[in-house]
Amino acid sequence: MNTLKDVKVGKSCKVLKVHGEGALRRRIMDMGITKGVEIYVRKVAPLGDPLELSVRGYELSIRKSEAEKIEVSAE
Amino acid sequence: MAEIKIALAGNPNSGKTTLFNALTGSNQFVGNWPGVTVEKKEGRLKKSDGVTVVDLPGIYSLSPYTPEEIVARSFLVGERPDVILNIVDGTNLERNLYLTTQLIELGIPVVIAINMMDVVNKAGDKIDIERLSKELGCKIVEISALKETGIAEAADVAIAAASEGATGYQPFFSGIVEHALAHIEEAAVHERPQAQQRWYSLKIFERDQKVLEELKLDKKILDHIEADITAVEKNLDDDAESIIINERYLYVESVLSRCYTRKNKGKLSVSDRIDRILTNRILALPIFAVIMFLVYYISVSTVGSWATAWVGEGIFGDGNWNFFGLSLPGIPQLITNALPGNCPPWLSSLILNGIVAGVGGVLSFVPQILVLFLMLSFLEACGYMSRIAFLMDKIFRKFGLSGKSFIPILVGTGCGVPGIMASRTIENEKDRRMTVITTTFIPCSAKLPIIAMIAANVFGGAWWVAPSAYFAGIAAIVVSGIMLKKTKLFASETTPFVMELPAYHMPTFGNVMRATWERGWSFIKKAGTVILLSTIVIWTLSRFGVTANGFGFDVDMADKALENSILGMIGKGVAWIFAPLGFGDLETVVATLMGLMAKEEVVAVLDVLGYEGFTNNHLAGYSFLIFNLLCAPCFAAMGAIAREMNSAKWTAFAIGYQCAFAYTISLIIYQIGLAATGAMNIPGFIAALAVMAFMLVMIFRKGKKI
Repeated sequence: MNTLKDVKVGKSCKVLKVHGEGALRRRIMDMGITKGVEIYVRKVAPLGDPLELSVRGYELSIRKSEAEKIEVSAE
Repeated sequence: MAEIKIALAGNPNSGKTTLFNALTGSNQFVGNWPGVTVEKKEGRLKKSDGVTVVDLPGIYSLSPYTPEEIVARSFLVGERPDVILNIVDGTNLERNLYLTTQLIELGIPVVIAINMMDVVNKAGDKIDIERLSKELGCKIVEISALKETGIAEAADVAIAAASEGATGYQPFFSGIVEHALAHIEEAAVHERPQAQQRWYSLKIFERDQKVLEELKLDKKILDHIEADITAVEKNLDDDAESIIINERYLYVESVLSRCYTRKNKGKLSVSDRIDRILTNRILALPIFAVIMFLVYYISVSTVGSWATAWVGEGIFGDGNWNFFGLSLPGIPQLITNALPGNCPPWLSSLILNGIVAGVGGVLSFVPQILVLFLMLSFLEACGYMSRIAFLMDKIFRKFGLSGKSFIPILVGTGCGVPGIMASRTIENEKDRRMTVITTTFIPCSAKLPIIAMIAANVFGGAWWVAPSAYFAGIAAIVVSGIMLKKTKLFASETTPFVMELPAYHMPTFGNVMRATWERGWSFIKKAGTVILLSTIVIWTLSRFGVTANGFGFDVDMADKALENSILGMIGKGVAWIFAPLGFGDLETVVATLMGLMAKEEVVAVLDVLGYEGFTNNHLAGYSFLIFNLLCAPCFAAMGAIAREMNSAKWTAFAIGYQCAFAYTISLIIYQIGLAATGAMNIPGFIAALAVMAFMLVMIFRKGKKI
């Protein structure tokens, strides 16, 4: 499975499915990471975690552990 | 005209607070929502009678997970305001309108105020307002909260919409979902008011527990509905909740594709360029260090401490103080002069040594707090605060705190009171509580004299004492974080770190000043109530006791014969508790109790009582130091804890935990130290090993999962 965690900084991808469960999953989807949306990985924090993404025209930060649950299309 | 209630709803960072301030001016009441530390703001609409504006917390969704969402949802569903004024950030339509789709479903009239239209226009983007209004079925007003344009119109349109009622217009989802919703509506909710049927069907489709409990549907109907939902889930290969989220975003996308054109995709904005530097891989941390140094330096070391000294030693000091070259008498002197010549000495002592000294000592922190809050409000409003969380998250997450916990702890090295209050900027309630509990572990400036005294008198000025005190503070935070996070109280798998990084912008002067003042004022109010009471109690306890003429009152008792006072007797009574820590003497216990007034008192009391017990007992001295550093802070800080926790239970937990933790650590240090120096006390040593084993288990056990 290709996940958002593996997408390199500066690359884009398309979301196939959001895995995980409960509030975490709901939160990620509420913030606009839903099936079919395009995500651009802007940067990684200086300490290596979390990530900064561009999605639906705004900037969102999520941890790598959360990015791991987002299945994306191969580049 | 009947009372009208306007609820102001919108995403965080959409300009909601600015709009609220513009709508209500100074007619605001700030409090907390019942049971949670989420700010509750209400105000009266300017220049009109009978219109109340309720500022709901900033939310991204109405799902019942975060405290903010729960508060907003139960207010909207339970109290049903007459109209919702939904503020939408025009530069971020997609995500903002996602919330709008949820608001429209409630069956309450919705008016949309599109904010930052000036920015949208400047970027050359086009929003077809008329068409958007038609598609969403609600009135839309263009505003700029910052420049205060369109505000009055938004209020007028909202009031008009309140009397017209909901339009009944609803977002339309894809066929298969609509089909299932129609079934549910038919089977389960057709007895509900027309305007709310859609909302109820959606909640049933999402299997919302609260709504299902409320409706108490027949088992047969439920089974029938469940079959429908499962069929849709199977068809779309997703669970019901996610299907609805997806449908909402698809709906918003499709509406926007007809009403919104973006001109420059991919061009870097000013905010992007600022962000490139501030969160740059190499530069980010040095810049962060400089900003933090400035916050600390300005609020604690320079401006803040000058102002504090000016208030503490000037206005509340003995003698005259300097007001721009004018020499004015300080408050104590003014009061002394104002008291009539025949005023009994006890009364003047109560006023001067009790109330003025105690409350004045606390109030002298006000300038420092205001300076600090001014800077924090600015960092928060301009968008840097969320970057701090972004930068520091990795470190602080490891021991259960938030990236934003850094600021309270840093400020706490100056004074715990503003440190605790700085935790306000942490959204997650559990992280915030944890930060409030642990912030005062770091030695504040008032604890420095204790460190200095122990270092000089006990260890002959050894260099390692002071650094070890800070190390103990940091270790206490880390260890507490790890332990508490694994208990049921703090396990928070449910609130993940998914955070918007808003665009940088220059905050308005008014907003920053208002935020500063609101926080400062809540502290002043505390000083006037809880702290005033505590100082009177301590004053009384330290001046009543055994005198030459039996039990009675002696104004000078606190300075001359503290051991004879009630406080002294309490000290004697509880001294045995501290014996296992090595300092079960009357003097040290009274000093510790007096330390609750202000930590500087610890040294002052030991001086007054001429205590020399530590001279030949290094271990007891160090144990005493650690206990006083870690135990419950002074009344001012406890007041701040109570204010931030907004709950007697949590305040008691925080203070209880701090004392228990301090006791445990001192016990371990003293008893293991005794054993190591060959003076083992067997029961004490066993107790120390037992608590140490318990702590290790708490640290290394597997955490509770939710």
